[in-house]
Amino acid sequence: MSATGELWRSLEERADDPALRRWIDAEFPALAEGLAGAVDRRQAMKLMGAALGLSGMAGLARADEIVPWVKQPEMTVPGVPRHYATVLPSEGYGIGAVVQCHEGRPTKVEGNPDHPSSLGASDAVMQAACLELFDPERLRAPERGGRPVGWAEVARAMVAWRDRLGEAGGAGAALLVGPETSPTLRRQIAGLKRLYPALRVYRHAPLRTPGPLALPDFSRATVAVSLDSDVLGEGPGRLAHARASADARRVRAPGDGMLRLHALETTPTLTGAKADHRAALRVSLVPLAERALLAALDGAAPDANLPASVRRWVTRAADDLRAAGQGGLVLGSPAAQARVGGPVRYIEAPDAMEVDGDLADLCEAIRDGTTHALLSLAFDPIGTAPAGLDAGEAFGALDTLWHHAAHRDATARMAHWLLPAAHPFEAWSDARGHDGTAAIAQPLIHPLFASRSAHQLLAELAGDVTHPKAPVRATWGDLDDRAWLEAVQRGTVEDTAFAAIEPPRPAPPAATTPEGFDLSLLPDPWLREGRHAQSAMLQELPRPLTKIVWGNALQIAPGDAERLGVETGDIVQVTADKIQLDAPVWVMPGQPAGSLTLTLGHGRAGPVSGFARGVDGFALMRTGRRHLTGMTLSPTGRRAPVLTTQHHHAMEGRAPVRRATLAAFTDDPRAPHAHHPPPPEESLYPDWDYPRESWGMSIDLTACIGCMACVSACAAENNTPSVGPEECERGHEMHWLRVDRYYDGPPEAPETLFQPVPCMHCEKAPCEPVCPVNATVHTHDGLNAQIYNRCIGTRYCSQNCPYKVRRFNFRSYNDFDVPDLGQNAKNPDVSMRQRGVMEKCTYCVQRISAARIAAEVDGSEEIAEGAVVTACQQACPTQAITFGDLNEPDAAVRAEKDSPLNYGLLEELNTRPRTTYLAALCNPAEGGDG
Amino acid sequence: MADIPERPPVMRGHPGTREISGRIASIVLKGQMPRFFWLAFLAAFLLVLVLFTTVAWLITQGVGTYGINIPVAWGTMLSNFVWWVGIGHAGTLISAVLLLFRQDWRASVNRFAEAMTLFAVAMAALFPILHLGRPWFFYWLLPLPNTHMHWPQWRSPLVWDFAAIATYGTVSLLFWYIGLVPDLAVLRDRAKNRAAQLFYGILALGWRGSAFHWARFDAVYYLLAVLATPLVVSVHSIVSLDFTYGMAPGYHSTIFPPYFVAGALYSGFAMVLTIAIPLRRLFRVEDLITKRHIDNGAKIMIAAGLIVAYGYAAEFFFAWYSGNPAERMMAWQRLVGPYAPFFWVMLACNVGVLQLLWFRRVRLWMPALFVISLLINLGMWLERYVIVVTGPSTGFLPAAWGTQSLQWVDFGVFFGTLGAFFALMFLFLRILPAITIFEVGELADERREA
Repeated sequence: MSATGELWRSLEERADDPALRRWIDAEFPALAEGLAGAVDRRQAMKLMGAALGLSGMAGLARADEIVPWVKQPEMTVPGVPRHYATVLPSEGYGIGAVVQCHEGRPTKVEGNPDHPSSLGASDAVMQAACLELFDPERLRAPERGGRPVGWAEVARAMVAWRDRLGEAGGAGAALLVGPETSPTLRRQIAGLKRLYPALRVYRHAPLRTPGPLALPDFSRATVAVSLDSDVLGEGPGRLAHARASADARRVRAPGDGMLRLHALETTPTLTGAKADHRAALRVSLVPLAERALLAALDGAAPDANLPASVRRWVTRAADDLRAAGQGGLVLGSPAAQARVGGPVRYIEAPDAMEVDGDLADLCEAIRDGTTHALLSLAFDPIGTAPAGLDAGEAFGALDTLWHHAAHRDATARMAHWLLPAAHPFEAWSDARGHDGTAAIAQPLIHPLFASRSAHQLLAELAGDVTHPKAPVRATWGDLDDRAWLEAVQRGTVEDTAFAAIEPPRPAPPAATTPEGFDLSLLPDPWLREGRHAQSAMLQELPRPLTKIVWGNALQIAPGDAERLGVETGDIVQVTADKIQLDAPVWVMPGQPAGSLTLTLGHGRAGPVSGFARGVDGFALMRTGRRHLTGMTLSPTGRRAPVLTTQHHHAMEGRAPVRRATLAAFTDDPRAPHAHHPPPPEESLYPDWDYPRESWGMSIDLTACIGCMACVSACAAENNTPSVGPEECERGHEMHWLRVDRYYDGPPEAPETLFQPVPCMHCEKAPCEPVCPVNATVHTHDGLNAQIYNRCIGTRYCSQNCPYKVRRFNFRSYNDFDVPDLGQNAKNPDVSMRQRGVMEKCTYCVQRISAARIAAEVDGSEEIAEGAVVTACQQACPTQAITFGDLNEPDAAVRAEKDSPLNYGLLEELNTRPRTTYLAALCNPAEGGDG
Repeated sequence: MADIPERPPVMRGHPGTREISGRIASIVLKGQMPRFFWLAFLAAFLLVLVLFTTVAWLITQGVGTYGINIPVAWGTMLSNFVWWVGIGHAGTLISAVLLLFRQDWRASVNRFAEAMTLFAVAMAALFPILHLGRPWFFYWLLPLPNTHMHWPQWRSPLVWDFAAIATYGTVSLLFWYIGLVPDLAVLRDRAKNRAAQLFYGILALGWRGSAFHWARFDAVYYLLAVLATPLVVSVHSIVSLDFTYGMAPGYHSTIFPPYFVAGALYSGFAMVLTIAIPLRRLFRVEDLITKRHIDNGAKIMIAAGLIVAYGYAAEFFFAWYSGNPAERMMAWQRLVGPYAPFFWVMLACNVGVLQLLWFRRVRLWMPALFVISLLINLGMWLERYVIVVTGPSTGFLPAAWGTQSLQWVDFGVFFGTLGAFFALMFLFLRILPAITIFEVGELADERREA
């Protein structure tokens, strides 16, 4: 052996065979680096020692034996949940979350108060994340041509691809990404581009709106005008904007100011529902309205081509904006905002990305042969491709399609390699919020299945396979370990918000001439483009305005429906450019005449065929356009049921939602209660005595935007099951909390009112005396408790409940005998209910108990104010719900109940509800008519 | 139709006691039932199988298999219950009240009317149990001392209900059985084979027909009649409190107790006629169950039906007079809402068709009366269904309005109990004397003496 000679272990190694090197890359990526250099004596000894040690382990099987938890990990107490900050993606943007884990199982999502896009609030989709994690239909192993394979085989194939890519400089290969704000993904893509300069990157983001992002400051505004911009219900900053606008509209006593909201919209939205002045206009005339608004700001009369109602709206909005001066906000029109100069700043959209094109460009590149291998990280590109693109055919021409997906979607059927995607709770990642603030997503659980994150795949493609955390950690290399830990712990990275840019000054777009019907294809509020279609919880969560569950329908204006002679549930044929789609119609109050709306994400085949309900709006979509014109409608004479949880929409003169204008309330604080006699005070039964706590809730109907976050949070917290479309059709849905939506006024331009209705926990509860077996009783702290074990299911309590908030297990909705992955997402602090028993809102009694135990452990007699936060209250983006101890003089809920706006729902029945409401106020301009 | 006498007699001809005993007893003892009897029994028995199947499905799958939901959490299980209890009323009225009032025409119809009561109450008693979400725990309604610290909640009308039905069932059974004892002795004496002699002998409790026996018998029988009479009023009054006590619009009304009792008699007599009309013809006992009985039954129906009609009017009047928007809306929804077809058919049957009974010719024309009694049975079922569902379906909060639908389980259980009821009636006709031998005999004696 010469002193300078090489050590070698095999003939192949000696020959430095490239095949061997690839094999080592794939099988032992960690060793690959070490092989690059010469092996010294020390290392040779180490390897020999290791070889000897390992040879003794050859007989060992993989450790399958179970080990008792004799030594409990430090800081872990069984039954006491731990909370971790992370971030959940929403159309690529991050919304900060704090996830509760019970013994390592993520069970509940809350908003992260430190995250600017959450501020502690969450939305319905975030609440479904735990159940989506434990979805048994998720892909469990990689597949090659439909055959399950191991990741090792994938890695071998990827190494081979990497070789070819390296040789060709990336030519012929493409990467397809979805909407993304992740700095790590960007860094990885940039790295790949350096490695493989000819690699093309495309982006498929059918729901994305291009352009810089406006960040309105509601706290400094007195007037906000929304031009077809659903700032409360859509967009990455929706939760923050909802909070800020609710704060600006909060009135507790006469004399408080209130932001005035004007909204012009092309389909009814949450923003329009909360607007003081709302006008509806078909999509193709919106540019005309924007120009009219600009003209009106200069004092010109609005365009005569606009409907009279819109002209009135434009004039009034312009008058208000002029009067507001620097306090005027115009959402959805940078041109008008620039003209007004109100409190708004613009930032570069955090999801903006330098790409080579969109899905159409990609299909083009495949067809002309420049791309033959594709790694798709986007959500189901074939299923969400616009009609006419024929992405399926184009993708069929690929030599290799790698598809990274959570479910067996439409693209999965064409994929040569199907790569299971990790759930956001299983992987390291990062994302930016609506203001650019970055947040680190940390894994909360080891991947349940053989799944990987997009970052791991890209790292593999770049050839630097290490720990799953490494790509993310590398992105944040500037942070020292302490700062990194702090960022992970808090859920945000300090000082990463984007700086303001020069406001854009686009000219208002040219008006299009309307013909036939306009059609807006909008994301479903929960399923989005179909990304969450496999979530039964979201399928069954009523949509905020229509209350439709398990499906969608073509929204049509009441006047148009009458003209066509169709009513809700009638199937019509929508035709556009020879593309036809049959869809049931939904007569939508407030829908502008000549305008149709269809939500996306439905009717798409997935692993559970029962979830493919409704119609697939992508069949009508055109490349890059979610608003179309020139549609024709023809009734087919057939009908299909559209499932909904609310069947009646008028208040019938009973005014369950009490309301008043700000002016009337300022004049007379009793204004909302006019025509409502004071509740009776006598009762046959003696009053209850509450020596300790006496819980109560207040719900602010001015603040409530009907977003359904509370309902979703309630379902996640209290293990209320999803019952499926057949049961929903029969009125068996199980939500403990519902949001009633009422319309008032003409169907063409109604006022929309929301009223969350949980259990009222009545002092004189009608349900209590009728139960023959004492299953519903009053507790020492004022709750109206339901004892599941005692209940025999006479349902008398529900019959006697004037609020109809009780829910009954009509069928076996929780099968205790069949092991189900979804059971892992259940809250262990809430008992599961069996068939045949009644259940209802408990004011989150498990949280009250936890707070009481904590207080007693601390030696305190009393539960501190704010120690109990109900699930609905915690999720609410507008902080409409207040909860606390009514015996506590300083409790926030006490203050709310002392407001002159306070009233009890159906208090004339002498039920003395503990849940009370603050009447809804609106702030229309003087002499306004709507 | 031409030869209708001015007032049909209670009994036609002058049969002797021996003849009557022989005729009635031979139906049972000979056991040669006509072919139609077995065919009808087969049909009823098939429905019993339907009942078993449906109930098995209902219990294993849950009450969600029939139409109920939130907001309308009560459905046909309760309307069937009220309907069957109502049918049970005529028996007690005929047996007890008419006995106390010495109405001689009750004699030949009381036995099967009592049997009808008993079977109807048995059917009725099934429903509150099937109604439960967890029917296997129905006994938690009983005040039994137990380890799970469970005690009924005495403020709940369902507990009162349970007591009322149990009392009524017990008293009806005793009354029926005591009345049967002399007739069982007749059957024992006339039976030709040992098995029948033993069977009837044991049931006859050693009855020898001595004056002593008869004195005791009369004392007990009249005492039970006195006990049973208030039950005619109490049972359905208490059943109606299930609704009156509730606060749903349409439930919360003091008219219910009298209105329910009248409704019960109404439907009870309709069912008596539904059974009596074919019975007297098919078993050729037109001389024992005469047109007089039928006529009197129809007259009671007119009286009860008019009270029921008054109840309908009162409900609407008070809905309007209360000024309560929820009550008014509920009343309006009955007329035009999703359950309007049920309401209008109910009104047509219970009030419209009833008016035909003012005509004597109609009362004495058996096919017409039979059809009318069937329609009234239908109308009364609809009435109960309308009461149970319309109130909660249009409650206080318009957003929580909803309707329930009828599923196959609803029909299966209802028709199943109809089958079980008739199967029991057929067994009764086969095994026990359907017409009271001793009372009809007494009647014949009295008439001969007169």
